[in-house]
Amino acid sequence: MKVLVPIKRVVDYNVKVRVKADNTGVDLANVKMAMNPFCEIAVEEAVRLKEKGVVTEIVAVSIGPKTAQEQLRTAMALGADRSILVETDEDVQPLGIAKALKAIVDEEKPELVILGKQAIDGDNNQTGQMLAALAGMPQGTFASEVNVADGKVKVTREIDGGLQTVELSLPAVVTTDLRLNEPRYASLPNIMKAKKKPLDTKTAADLGVDLTPRVTTEKVEAPAERQAGIIVGSVDELVEKLKNEAKVI
Amino acid sequence: MSVLVYAEHDNAALNKVTLSVVAAAKEIGGDITVLVAGKGCGAVAEEAAKVDGVSKVLCADNDAYEHQLAENIGDLVAEVGADYSHILAAATTTGKNFAPRAAALLDVAQISEISDVIDADTFKRPIYAGNAIATVKCGDAKKVITVRGTSFDGVAAEGGSASVENIDVAKDAGISSFVGEELAKSDRPELTSAEIVISGGRGMGNGDNFEILYKLADKLGAGVGASRAAVDAGFVPNDMQVGQTGKIVAPNLYVAVGISGAIQHLAGMKDSKVIVAINKDEEAPIFQVADYGLVADLFEAVPELDGKL
Ligand SMILES: Cc1cc2nc3c(=O)[nH]c(=O)nc-3n(C[C@H](O)[C@H](O)[C@H](O)COP(=O)(O)OP(=O)(O)OC[C@H]3O[C@@H](n4cnc5c(N)ncnc54)[C@H](O)[C@@H]3O)c2cc1C
Ligand SMILES: Cc1cc2nc3c(=O)[nH]c(=O)nc-3n(C[C@H](O)[C@H](O)[C@H](O)COP(=O)(O)OP(=O)(O)OC[C@H]3O[C@@H](n4cnc5c(N)ncnc54)[C@H](O)[C@@H]3O)c2cc1C
Repeated sequence: MKVLVPIKRVVDYNVKVRVKADNTGVDLANVKMAMNPFCEIAVEEAVRLKEKGVVTEIVAVSIGPKTAQEQLRTAMALGADRSILVETDEDVQPLGIAKALKAIVDEEKPELVILGKQAIDGDNNQTGQMLAALAGMPQGTFASEVNVADGKVKVTREIDGGLQTVELSLPAVVTTDLRLNEPRYASLPNIMKAKKKPLDTKTAADLGVDLTPRVTTEKVEAPAERQAGIIVGSVDELVEKLKNEAKVI
Repeated sequence: MSVLVYAEHDNAALNKVTLSVVAAAKEIGGDITVLVAGKGCGAVAEEAAKVDGVSKVLCADNDAYEHQLAENIGDLVAEVGADYSHILAAATTTGKNFAPRAAALLDVAQISEISDVIDADTFKRPIYAGNAIATVKCGDAKKVITVRGTSFDGVAAEGGSASVENIDVAKDAGISSFVGEELAKSDRPELTSAEIVISGGRGMGNGDNFEILYKLADKLGAGVGASRAAVDAGFVPNDMQVGQTGKIVAPNLYVAVGISGAIQHLAGMKDSKVIVAINKDEEAPIFQVADYGLVADLFEAVPELDGKL
């Protein structure tokens, strides 16, 4: 069984981004970039399924700038067999990404597509669901457990009220939540090996998809800053402040 | 303009977050129709009909909608939604699950988790864990939107008198089925609507120690949350996680206990009115957003606080 893992290059999660002074976006110059953490969890899940003998081939794909090759190499160092970069300098948005992924799904015919539930920059939480709809596939979003058996996949999902388990026919889309697994680190020998693994580059035109953004960003602002508070000296003082100053208890 | 609001419910009662979504719909303008899809959900439709500002309720009562499976609900919303200029759902795990599907089927973008309505095409939404607020404009003829509940004050649950129309649209994609669920049972207020939230982090040490927070919470009528570290460590279940990738809360009072204040955690609680932090490390970043900080061992401070209230 083949698995497709779409991954995204994003600002490293440790970086606190700053809004540009002209309010056109956030300042990404010289900022550390990395694979989206939820995509790392997706790669890890695919690798574990391969280690269990359920999966035979893992294909990583990214839609983005040439530099996204770095994250594809990381995915291959973690265990993906080969990868595809759909190169574009557009401000790609979920619907366009989902259309590009749908075209790749049509070519590659994977039984499972594992994505992150959300990218930590756009925070959209859309791509997997959109791909599933376009490909007519069922979806197991926010997965904390994935079991493939008898031509079906059972997915336990983290929902607002607790956990929900659904059973999906294959091919299916799964999006990862934090508790699905703990991703491994790439070893040095595997990083070296990944350099020799195949990485195909395509364009949106090759796939026949239109990546033109549908949503334009008018401006980007810093959020309202909270006023610095005070350090209280004792529990008594805290109670007094909450009662008489903040009046919240 | 006409807005379709997707109702969030458990087949028995309307979830309060829907009142916030209706508030966002009012800011967009136009007639507001609420779609209630579920099984045996007639009482929810009646409740929705009383919501202030709603002019019509559509009730799709069918086995296929009982568990809100995204495949079926996505198809339903794409079909019913074809007649509306805006389709709104709450940015809950239900809304996040089906709304992008409906948007893709309609070949339109989705605007996720809006926190403000500027006009019928323009919205504000947080990005980068709330470290930036983007104003975005959508050129698509139809807008599919999820709404951050805590950013809109809910409309009144009573006062409206909409008509209820049963619609017979059965969409069963037949590619997914419900197996089971484990729902957290708690008498405490739900996190996203609680007036007071007390959250514990890795500093709590283990799950049993959360008892001191539950005790304090019950005294204050508060909900109890947690950091990701506390959930990952197995102290408490996932539905308690507050943050960028968990629940977004904005209570009157948020008490962070043994939580360092990582940006991903702050993203979920920094719109709270008053923030209290209890942490033994005076350098902890949580103190930079706290209105009242107490540098203390939580195992002494929390019981003492409990005793003095
Ligand atoms: C300042 C600024 C403002 C922006 N405002 C908006 C906006 O308002 N609306 C908007 O739609 N976009 C906006 N964007 C673009 C946005 O950041 C995302 O790049 C894009 O929308 C994709 O959304 P996401 O990554 O949040 O998707 P999600 O749906 O959150 O991503 C989930 C998963 O999909 C997969 N995936 C996502 N992107 C790719 C990819 N390129 N290649 C392969 N797999 C991928 C990954 O597995 C990922 O884990 C903005 C960008 C910037 C810099
Ligand atoms: C993709 C991604 C998504 C994430 N999403 C979220 C999210 O949604 N929500 C979230 O919370 N995190 C999230 N995180 C994790 C986040 O980065 C932090 O790791 C996490 O919030 C840390 O939790 P914590 O503050 O409980 O633990 P720590 O950072 O370990 O802090 C524990 C604190 O407890 C204090 N302490 C210890 N013992 C005591 C004591 N006896 N008395 C008083 N104080 C004490 C310590 O001084 C310390 O400050 C995410 C991370 C990633 C990469």
